[in-house]
Amino acid sequence: MIVDLLLLSITTILVNNFVLVKFLGCCPFLGVSKRVDTAIGMSIAVTFVMTVASAVTYLVQVFILDYFGIGYMQTVAFILVIAVLVQFVEMVIQKISPALYSALGIYLPLITTNCAVLGVAILNITEKHNFIYSVVYGLSAGLSFMLAIVLFAGVREKLSLSNIPKAMQGFPIALVTAGLLAMAFLGFQGLKLV
Amino acid sequence: MSAMKELTKGFVKENPTFVQLLGMCPTLAVTTSVFNGLGMGLSVTAVLMASNVVISLIRKCIPNKIRIASYVVVIAGFVTMIEMLLKAYVPTISKSLGLFIPLIVVNCIILARAEAFASKNTVGKSALDGLGMGLGFTMALVIISAIREVLGNGTFFGISVFGAGFQPVTLMLLPPGAFIVLGLLLGGIQLLSAKCKGGDQK
Repeated sequence: MIVDLLLLSITTILVNNFVLVKFLGCCPFLGVSKRVDTAIGMSIAVTFVMTVASAVTYLVQVFILDYFGIGYMQTVAFILVIAVLVQFVEMVIQKISPALYSALGIYLPLITTNCAVLGVAILNITEKHNFIYSVVYGLSAGLSFMLAIVLFAGVREKLSLSNIPKAMQGFPIALVTAGLLAMAFLGFQGLKLV
Repeated sequence: MSAMKELTKGFVKENPTFVQLLGMCPTLAVTTSVFNGLGMGLSVTAVLMASNVVISLIRKCIPNKIRIASYVVVIAGFVTMIEMLLKAYVPTISKSLGLFIPLIVVNCIILARAEAFASKNTVGKSALDGLGMGLGFTMALVIISAIREVLGNGTFFGISVFGAGFQPVTLMLLPPGAFIVLGLLLGGIQLLSAKCKGGDQK
């Protein structure tokens, strides 16, 4: 059991990295990766929401959607749950830790439209994970997002100091960099874990 | 005249992918073949047009504070419809796009058009805007997927281009290829637009 969960999380973080292999969460990956500290803040918030969202959407699926046989409402139900959850997390953090809130403040509302969060919720159902697997999968997905965005932000900080041809400045060079990073992650495909 | 403008601005001047850089996830993920790119683009166009019309219709009765949540519900409704239609009539597309069909809900293009255009303009204009932006997005997806499919598989829309002697660049079909092709394309566009700036009005 423990071994299986460990394998699941290593597979999710390295072999099937959410951002660089599955292309989930590309918008914040490209948008909020100019500096390492903001990247860390964003990814902590995303990891937290993903873990909680995995647990809640699993319960919604089992006790509401499956129970009443309305599986076709999945997309609508999940996005509402995530939107409410993000709002809730925002209020809780504001109350408990104003310092963390001011650090994460602007990123929290953005998480609703992060496709990795909805993606992990739907994948949990399609891959038939049970409750514990879902939570671990959500957490590992968040960590894989964190690994990718923090690495990428580190590279981009260096990039901003280097001499880049004018046409490639900004977004184009960032995308090519992400491509090289993704190529590095392809190396993990050789790991046969399961 | 102005109706034409609403329709065509999404093609080049405000192209959602190449100029506004919205909706990157599907752009990168599904462009492994022209068929997938076209399917994704048209699905998004349908959802975008329908949601723009509905949001424009109800724009006066949505309270300002919960407008984003209401837009998301409208969009999610249409995405569910498209998902079911695709599953019923074009199962191959539904299978190859998989997870990315429900994820149209969180495609930033749709929410951005709802917030920036449909919530302020009349129904007719919003429909044209949705259609134009959707077609612009489809065009971008087809361009990217054409490059990836021709180089990575030696085919275009499933038809062999170079004959049997062609050694495909498999990397183009793998995730890094998506990032690199889009990066180089955007670089080319920046180069061109910098060169055209003298003659253009902007």
